Amino acid sequence: MVIIPFFTILPLSGAFIIYLVGRHSKFFTDIFANITTFVLFLLSLFILFFKPFEPLLYKVGGWLPPWGITLVIDGLTRFMLITVNFIAWTITLFSVNYMEKFTSKYKFYTLFLFMLAGMNGLLISGDIFNVFVFLEIASVASYALVAYGVEAEELEASFKYLVMSSFASLCILLGIALLYSYTSTLNIADMGVVLWEKGIVPVVIFSAVLFFLGVGLKSAIVPFHAWLPDAHPSAPAPISATLSGVLIKTLGVYLLLRIFYNLLGVNQIFLDILMFLGVLSIMVGVILAITQMDIKRLLAYHSISQIGYIILGIGLGTPLGVLGGLFHLFNHSVFKSLLFLNSGAIEYTIGTRDLSKMGGLRKNMPLTGWTSLIASLSISGIPPFNGFFSKLLIIIACMEKGYIGYAIWAIIGSILTLSSFMKVQKFAFLGKLNSLYKEVKEVPIFMRTAMVILAIICILSGGMLIPYLNNYFLLPAQKVILGGLDYKNINQSINNEK
Amino acid sequence: MNNSYLPYFLCLVFFCVGLYGVLRKRNIIKIIIGLVICEYAANLFLVLVGYKMGGRSPLYSPDQSILDMVDPLPQALVLTSIVIGLATTALVVGIAIRIYEKYGTFDITKISKLKG
Repeated sequence: MVIIPFFTILPLSGAFIIYLVGRHSKFFTDIFANITTFVLFLLSLFILFFKPFEPLLYKVGGWLPPWGITLVIDGLTRFMLITVNFIAWTITLFSVNYMEKFTSKYKFYTLFLFMLAGMNGLLISGDIFNVFVFLEIASVASYALVAYGVEAEELEASFKYLVMSSFASLCILLGIALLYSYTSTLNIADMGVVLWEKGIVPVVIFSAVLFFLGVGLKSAIVPFHAWLPDAHPSAPAPISATLSGVLIKTLGVYLLLRIFYNLLGVNQIFLDILMFLGVLSIMVGVILAITQMDIKRLLAYHSISQIGYIILGIGLGTPLGVLGGLFHLFNHSVFKSLLFLNSGAIEYTIGTRDLSKMGGLRKNMPLTGWTSLIASLSISGIPPFNGFFSKLLIIIACMEKGYIGYAIWAIIGSILTLSSFMKVQKFAFLGKLNSLYKEVKEVPIFMRTAMVILAIICILSGGMLIPYLNNYFLLPAQKVILGGLDYKNINQSINNEK
Repeated sequence: MNNSYLPYFLCLVFFCVGLYGVLRKRNIIKIIIGLVICEYAANLFLVLVGYKMGGRSPLYSPDQSILDMVDPLPQALVLTSIVIGLATTALVVGIAIRIYEKYGTFDITKISKLKG
C-alpha cells in the first residue's frame, strides 16, 4: 500500500514549504496548511474504506518485516488516524482567523504540521524505535507550541511540561532498550513473537514499569498529571484543543494500548491498577476543576477527568468496556476540542479567560454560546449527545463485570462534570451582559465554521453505535485490542498473502 | 557482584545523578544539566546493550567470521537519540533564556506565576 507513508510525508513537506514561503505570503500559508490537513483527513477516510477489515503493511525500502522498518495499518490505527486528522483539520480551519493576533503565523503552522507528522507517524509505525522518534517529534513541537506566546506564564508552563515530558520519553527509551536487549528485534510484531517464545522474565516486567511511567506521564493519569493543568491552558486555544483533544491520547492512550495490550500482554493485576488509576483520575480531575475560575484551566482539569473514563473503560478489558473506552476517546477529542475552541473564541473577542469577568455573552455571540452548550452537555453525558452513549457503555460494562463501586464513582464524576459546566454556562453565557462588552460581535467566519462542524459531530456521532456503521469504525479497533497478542501474527498474515 | 554487571550498575548510578539534579536543584540551568545527564545515561545504556566484551567493529568482509562483532543496531539508534536530545536541549536552553528575560532569575522557586 503505497499511500501509507504519505501520512507523514505530507505534513512534513507541508511544514517545510510553509516555512520557506510563509514569511512572504500570509494568504498562501493559510490556504496551504488547510489543504494539507484536509487532504490528510480525506486520506484517513480513504484508508478506512479501502479494504476495511484487513491490516495493511508498507515495507520501507522494500526490506522484509523482521529486519526492515514497517508501517502497519490495522483497525486501531485507522480509528486513531481518523480522530487525529479530523481534529487537526478543524483546528487549522479555526486558526486561520484566530492566529491573526499572533505574529509570524507561518511558524505556528510549521510547528503544528510537525506535531501532526509526529502523531501520524507514531500511529502508523510498526517499529518500536520509530515510535520513539515520532513521539519525540510530536513532543518537541508541542513544547515549542506551548511556549508560543512567549509570555512569562507560557514559558514557565512550557519549561515544566518539557522537563516532565522529556523524562517520560527517556523512560520509554530505556524500556525500548531493555526490550531490545531481551528480544534482539525492534519490529513490534516480531518482538511479540520472541516474547511469546521466550516467556516473560523480570527484565520484561521492569521495562513494562518504565513504559507505564512514560505513557502515564504523557497521558496525564492522576499521579502523573501535574504538568497538564499548566501546559494546556497556556498554549494558544487551537493548540490547547490539539493537546487535550488528540496529543495526550496518541502519545499516551494509544501507546498504552499498543505496548501493553498488543505487545507485552495484560493480566488482571495490571487491569486492576489501570481501573483504580482511572477512577482516581475521574475524581481528582473533576474535583480540582470545579473551583477553577479560569475557563481554560477548568477545561484542562476536565481533560484529566475524561482520560480517567477512557482508562477505566479500557482497563475493564471486557468487549463492552473497551468499546466504551474507545468511543469515549473519540467523543472526548471532539467535544474537548470544541470547548477549547469556544474558550478561544471568547478570548478572541473579549480578551480574558476569567469567568467572573464574563457574562451574558450568548446575546452577542449566539453561535459560540450554542456550540458551547452542546459541548457542555456532551461532556457531562446528557442523552442525545455523544458523551452520554460512551459513558453509558463504560458504566454498564463496570456493572456487568461486578465493579459496582467504580460504576457509582463514574456516575458521581459525571454529575460533578455537569455541575462545573453549568457554572461555565452561567458565568460566561447567561446572566447580565457586562457593559464593557456591549460592542462585542460574533467571531469571524472560519472560527464559526470549525465550531459548527465539531458541534454537528457531537450531535451525530452517537449514531456510530448503530450496528452497521460501527462495523467500520469502532469494532475493528475494539477487535485489535481484544485480540491482544494476536498482533504478533500481523507480519505473517501479510507475507503469506503474496 | 559479578564484574560484567558493573557497567550497567554505573549507568544506573549515572541516571540517578541526573534524576537528583532534576528533582532537587532550584536553578533552572542545573535542572537542564540534570536532564541532559539522564539523557546520556539512557544513551549509554543503549550502547552498552549492543556491546560485546572484546568484540570488533561491525564491518563485514568475506574473509572474516561474523561471530565476534558488536551489535551495530544500538549505535545507529543512539545516533538518532542523540540528535533528538540535541533538539530538546536547544529548545529548553532557549526557553531558559527567555525565562531569565521575563523573571530576571533562574531560581525555580521564584518563578511561580502558575498555581499548579
